[in-house]
Amino acid sequence: MSAVTTTPEQHGIKAHSDGGWDAAEKVVPVQTRSDRFTSFVHGDFPEVSGREADWKLTPVELVRPLIDGALDGSPYDYTATDVAGATVEWIDRDSARVGIAGTPEERASANAWTSFEKALSITVTGEDAAELTVARDSLGTGLRAGHTIITARANSVATVVLQNGGAAQLSENVEIVVEDGAHLTVISVQEWDDASIHLASHFARVGRDARLRHIIVSLGGKVVRINPSTHLVDQGADAELFGVYFADAGQHLEHRVYVNHVAPNTRSRVTYKGALNGEGAHTVWVGDVLIGPKAAGTDTYEQNRNLVLSEGTRADSIPNLEIQTGDIAGAGHASATGRFDDEQLFYLMARGITEREARRLVVLGFLSEIVQKVGVGELHTRLQAAIEAELRGVA
Amino acid sequence: MSTLVISDLHVSVETDQGTKNILKGVDLTIEQGSIHAIMGPNGSGKSTLAYTIAGHPKYKVTRGSITLDGQDVLAMTVDARARAGLFLAMQYPVEIPGVTVTNFLKTAKTAIDGEAPSIRSWVKDIKTSMEALRMDKSFAERNVNEGFSGGEKKRHEILQLELLKPAFAILDETDSGLDVDALKIVSEGVNRAHENTGLGVLLITHYTRILRYIHPDFVHVFVDGRVAEEGGPELAERLENEGYDRYALANGSDVASVG
Repeated sequence: MSAVTTTPEQHGIKAHSDGGWDAAEKVVPVQTRSDRFTSFVHGDFPEVSGREADWKLTPVELVRPLIDGALDGSPYDYTATDVAGATVEWIDRDSARVGIAGTPEERASANAWTSFEKALSITVTGEDAAELTVARDSLGTGLRAGHTIITARANSVATVVLQNGGAAQLSENVEIVVEDGAHLTVISVQEWDDASIHLASHFARVGRDARLRHIIVSLGGKVVRINPSTHLVDQGADAELFGVYFADAGQHLEHRVYVNHVAPNTRSRVTYKGALNGEGAHTVWVGDVLIGPKAAGTDTYEQNRNLVLSEGTRADSIPNLEIQTGDIAGAGHASATGRFDDEQLFYLMARGITEREARRLVVLGFLSEIVQKVGVGELHTRLQAAIEAELRGVA
Repeated sequence: MSTLVISDLHVSVETDQGTKNILKGVDLTIEQGSIHAIMGPNGSGKSTLAYTIAGHPKYKVTRGSITLDGQDVLAMTVDARARAGLFLAMQYPVEIPGVTVTNFLKTAKTAIDGEAPSIRSWVKDIKTSMEALRMDKSFAERNVNEGFSGGEKKRHEILQLELLKPAFAILDETDSGLDVDALKIVSEGVNRAHENTGLGVLLITHYTRILRYIHPDFVHVFVDGRVAEEGGPELAERLENEGYDRYALANGSDVASVG
């Protein structure tokens, strides 16, 4: 017998238009989320063709410079609110704090990791529910790499808002370390200029009896692609991941969420809601949940809802649930993308409310479930106003 | 004193089986302050009449007119009809996720009146009406119709009726699915609005039960898309005893086919 390397036959696998299948070696894609290739080094990843499962829904040619270009990884200007129990500082890339929470899973993330010179470290220690906002609005139009590390020390309680505005061509990694017993809320708000491109990978590591609330708000930018992954690594870890987005004409907003239940008795909830309006508005939501072999007693539910307000839009929504233990408390997922409900419109208009105002009410109501999760009063009000501003473009 | 006049109204809907004619020449005149009961078997077109007056886009008027004090109602948008003084209490009110009852009522009141209500009297009005309808205070912070029971939805419809103070209310089978206690509460609400604001009522019902609590001045029997018989309250009593069978027999038509 000659020595031939083959991949084992798998049930249900047959030729597919994605490519790779016709090759002589019959490449089978990675079947388990945790088996994906990871590396800190850009060159370790193959070139991106745009046909890969994790890139095929992204406008790759628009983001190619951030995947492969030379990125400026020097420190940038930011503003941070001065809060007791929280420190914000630039630290060296060889600091022991770097690389605790995760490793890049794709080439743009690795490019940022290879390129950053200093990491912006945000550390919270207090138990007094500190609220801290770190804002960037002058990154400029040059290609940039960023690296942020948010560390919630054991038993600390805090909310960290990452506020993004202005022009940017940015690929970045955000590490989030939630130590044992800490309660951390991270809110990342994307209100970039219309031409901005933002690729981000968030890596969260949640410890024993610790809790992470992670909220993504994506409103502005030509292309925004944020991939938050959360690893529940010890008993009692709890993650709630929320997202709200509003895509206008020509805008691409993508969120690839991954929750990895590593330890027993962990809990996760994922809810992303979005609205789409205008020709070429495109949103992508991928929700991967992996319940590992040791994660007995896992309780998880993920869902995505999209509200389509006009013709010419596209919403991709792909939930994946992978369970490697028979002993779980609950696991489910849901996805729905629908048009504006004309019966809701009729009901409101039958009470004298104009069509425009009725649409505004319904869309705000639809998105408010997530906006209401933003406990920060000033930010909540501002986001409400930002979404109302988006709605002015709705006929 | 307003008058709502419906003349020779023909209405059709598009179905998978093609165009279906539902109303086939309805004539009806309602003066403000009077109570008209529209009774009839399932499928006779009662609800179609209600939704056509309110302006639901599903129903196409092919002939006839609806006027309110001479104004052409059919030319108005749905919201303009409501602002002109027409109110439809719906049989199956839809849920509006994320919109609280408080926010909804204030938005509607502002739209109807053309200005925001003064806060003090508005809060008091809501409280008074909710208490009268035996609605718990927590209701105000719930999302519109979300998770409401059948009875709660109907009370919420009548709450709006009391607060928005229309000239005419069309009650589309408001009595269906209510137990006797809820039916009394809802009926009291309608009677209060009638007494306080001189409301004209078009009460659509299949059963005579609600007529024990809301007393009509006129009764119209609807069969196969038109008024088959009209009279005073005594007609309702006759229907209570005899049912609709004699109309179906006389008419010979399919009375159960339209929703």
